[in-house]
Amino acid sequence: MTLAAAPDLVTATSLAAAQNENLAEISNVLIYSAMAVYTLAFFAYIAEWIFGSRSKVARTAAALTPRGEAAKKAPAVTVRKEGGTAVLERPKVVVRAAAGARDVPDGPGAHGGDEQGDLFGRVAVSLTVLAFLVEFGGVLTRALSVQRAPWGNMYEFNITFTTTAVGVYVLLLALKKNVRWLGLFLTTTVLLDLGLAVTVLYTESDQLVPALDSYWLYIHVSTAILCGAVFYVGAVGTILYLFKDSYESKLARGGKPGGFATSVMERLPASASLDKFAYRVNAAVFPLWTFTIIAGAIWAGDAWGRYWGWDPKETWSFITWVAYACYLHARATAGWKGRKAAYLALAAFGCWLFNYYGVNIFVSGKHSYADVGMSALTAIGF
Amino acid sequence: MSTTSETGPEHTPAGPGGAASDAAAREREQDRELGEAGSQLSTAPKEDLPNLPALGVVGWARWFWRQLTSMRVALLLLLLLSLAAIPGSLIPQTGVDETRVADFREQHEFLAPLYDKIGLFNVYGSVWFSAIYILLFISLIGCIAPRTWQFVGQLRGRPPGAPKRLTRLPAYTTWRTEADPGQVREAALALLKKRRFRAHLAGDAVAAEKGYLREAGNLAFHLALIVMLIAFAWGQLFKSEGNKLIVEGNGFANTLTQYDDFKSGNLFDVADLEPFSFDVKSFTGTYERSGPNKGTPRTYETELVYTEGAYGEEKTTTVKVNEPLVIGDAKVYLVSHGYAPVVTVRDGDGKVVFKDAVPLLPLDSNVTSSGVVKVLDGYRNARGEKEQLGFNAFFVPTFGGSESGTMLSQFPGLDYPVLALSAYHGDLKADSGIPQSVYQMDKTKMKEFKDSDGELFKKMLTPGETMTLPGGAGTVTFEKDVREWAGFQMVQEPGGGWALGGSIVAIAGLAGSLFIQRRRVWVRAVEGPDGVTVVEMAGLGRSESATVPEELGDLAGILYDRAPGAPEPEPSTASSEPSEPSGSPGSPDSPDPQAVPAEGAEKP
Ligand code: HEM
Repeated sequence: MTLAAAPDLVTATSLAAAQNENLAEISNVLIYSAMAVYTLAFFAYIAEWIFGSRSKVARTAAALTPRGEAAKKAPAVTVRKEGGTAVLERPKVVVRAAAGARDVPDGPGAHGGDEQGDLFGRVAVSLTVLAFLVEFGGVLTRALSVQRAPWGNMYEFNITFTTTAVGVYVLLLALKKNVRWLGLFLTTTVLLDLGLAVTVLYTESDQLVPALDSYWLYIHVSTAILCGAVFYVGAVGTILYLFKDSYESKLARGGKPGGFATSVMERLPASASLDKFAYRVNAAVFPLWTFTIIAGAIWAGDAWGRYWGWDPKETWSFITWVAYACYLHARATAGWKGRKAAYLALAAFGCWLFNYYGVNIFVSGKHSYADVGMSALTAIGF
Repeated sequence: MSTTSETGPEHTPAGPGGAASDAAAREREQDRELGEAGSQLSTAPKEDLPNLPALGVVGWARWFWRQLTSMRVALLLLLLLSLAAIPGSLIPQTGVDETRVADFREQHEFLAPLYDKIGLFNVYGSVWFSAIYILLFISLIGCIAPRTWQFVGQLRGRPPGAPKRLTRLPAYTTWRTEADPGQVREAALALLKKRRFRAHLAGDAVAAEKGYLREAGNLAFHLALIVMLIAFAWGQLFKSEGNKLIVEGNGFANTLTQYDDFKSGNLFDVADLEPFSFDVKSFTGTYERSGPNKGTPRTYETELVYTEGAYGEEKTTTVKVNEPLVIGDAKVYLVSHGYAPVVTVRDGDGKVVFKDAVPLLPLDSNVTSSGVVKVLDGYRNARGEKEQLGFNAFFVPTFGGSESGTMLSQFPGLDYPVLALSAYHGDLKADSGIPQSVYQMDKTKMKEFKDSDGELFKKMLTPGETMTLPGGAGTVTFEKDVREWAGFQMVQEPGGGWALGGSIVAIAGLAGSLFIQRRRVWVRAVEGPDGVTVVEMAGLGRSESATVPEELGDLAGILYDRAPGAPEPEPSTASSEPSEPSGSPGSPDSPDPQAVPAEGAEKP
């Protein structure tokens, strides 16, 4: 056993430390730059919505009037005539609304068909992509500066989480999904979250203890962050669904929603589409969440000698899992579809949020295992 | 299996507002329109409306069973389960942290007995928590068994025939062709089979279905849940868990008596202990030397020589914090570490009465440690009387220097070790029969050694230094040898393999259940009144998918190539198309905004 450290080892590590501090500086600059670009994107999305309000569409109302009801029943004729001679076309598929759903068309998006609005929307998307890349750089340099995965504390977790959430959005756009309507809601919350991260939660970069040195942990935490980001996107969809659904119900009952509500709601997708979007997003990530919990259990088994011990973090992951299972079940249970299921989805996302913020802040007891592995868990927040 | 039969509005499933029951009613109406064709797209139990049961015990039992295995009750039980798990995360739990429970009891004299009564200190083992999950799993079994049965039936049978009016289905397309109806049906059958649909000819239409893996996956998922629960329960019942602190150079054999402490499940038997033994060769800990994390451990590992079974051969291995040693069902974890300075005690004549490494327990992350050195036998005091010696020991691996003003360790590594001892003599009461901690001293029969000022005699020693006890009572030497000790946890929890297997099946099944779409396609080809063949195609899936119309368009495009379109009949005959007996054709000028073009529609 050595009673004193070799001196050259000491200088080597302090040199490395200086370099790491540089990287940490760069990371901070990148995060602030990303915030600036997100702010620009935010204003561009606002402009899209404002210019879009010039166009007055009332598709929902039209679709919900009795005439619209009748028109829906008849499928479009698929072969038509042109200039007297029959021109044959390939058959077109006529889509009918699912059982029990209103047959409301999707809104045109925030730009509402307005050309200038659309231009701003495109600018906003480009800015979002740019901000995403800059923030990603910030996360990456942070990771390099601490020589480990960037989720050692709440600050790092938050920047990784927002990057991932925006990444999911950008990916959906790249897959040509109709999700631009998410942009404003996403950039707003991302900005709030980043503001919180750089002010309240900021932590100097530091390294982890050996208990964290397990690839299961890397798998576990990275999938947990990804799941959170996707659940978050799903939750935004669910909230908008609830608003749009109220709006449609009001119209269907013959009510007259306010001008602002009409202007905004008319441009969003139909409530059925929002509901479907939220479902697909949540359902797609549920198996991954299941996997995340199991990966965590495997790691806990290696680190602590028990794969499940009802620690508050474990308990809340389980509660979140059961809550999402409730939501999926509700969608297959008569009398629970629609709004009730949506409330369950929001409650489930609330559980997820509480598991990260609430359990870390309000529930103590992780240091309770007076062993080697434990401070590890506290250190990474899990 | 048919869908819910006609019931009055008062029997519609729960729902406070009219809207919910309205939607449900519309749904049922739609279901009826689709009839047999829409049924069996999943094996989900049909909602039984809460009718009052027929009289008699059997009637009530059947009613109760139907309720318990319904989706609605499963959902409620799931909800209950998530709610019931919450208090256990907020209130200290005996299974997780005894000391916090004890603290809580002290602080809440009124609440604690109440909590005890309803099991809030042991939520996950409480009667009510168990009741919820046991009910849920009975419900699950009661639901899975018939569903599996039904699914097997569906696999044996054939996809249901085409409904009368295909126009009613969620995705629909039609065209007229010169081709013979029989030929169209043959082509359709071949095409669907090539696309791996299960397809057959039923009357004037081809019926096809695909995506059975969805159902299989869902069933596998729910079955795997049962396997996981049983494996978990099994593990809890047969589990054993014990701790042992071992100084470098010492060993351990896996028998009950060797443990410092030991816990086990209700059905555990001592004979279940895996036979093995090991010696601790060395422990290595390295720590960050600089930066904000100075002192954070970088490596923690220990080298062991172990033998499996009673006469196994010796093997060498390294155990780290995240890498336990696995022997059969048992796992050996490295869970803690500390220092054991070697201390020699001599009596007044210079005879060695004690020489050993004394393990001390760490108090903080820089391994400031404390403990007791006990000399039980062999010591005689200056007057030649038998006596026992006790020393309270306080140890720091890195002393801050006397000017630092603190006795706390500055670093977890052995940079400047200092051992502080205070000395007592008398009777340690080790023979009183009450088990004693080796880290504590019972001072009731002990007297302090006094220094020249009449204070408790105490000294700080660096390695190699010796202190002389007052009155010729002997000497104590802190040898130039500080060993390290490692704390091990030995855990045996059977059923882990089953739990893992179950979870893998669960994830795979879940993925199948959520990503695969089960859908049906029908292709009807009949001769119209004007002798031209009318082809109709329709698709049905669960409402969540947009792929059904896309796939239908794709199929229609291919089939259209094999049975190309025929000229449109005169408008007068158009309205009497056989497929559209009642619907009023929409205006040709306003094509449906949601029509999806068939694949390749733009190509000439
Ligand atoms: C105890 C009685 C249970 C019953 C009767 C039941 C029944 C069902 C049924 C019929 C489905 C298929 C619904 C569909 O086709 O979409 C389903 C799906 C599902 N079940 Fe269960 N289940 C039970 C318990 C559980 C439990 C304990 C869990 C896990 C926590 C669970 C999680 C799920 C999930 C995630 C789905 C997929 C939902 C989907 O396909 O949309 N179920 N369940």
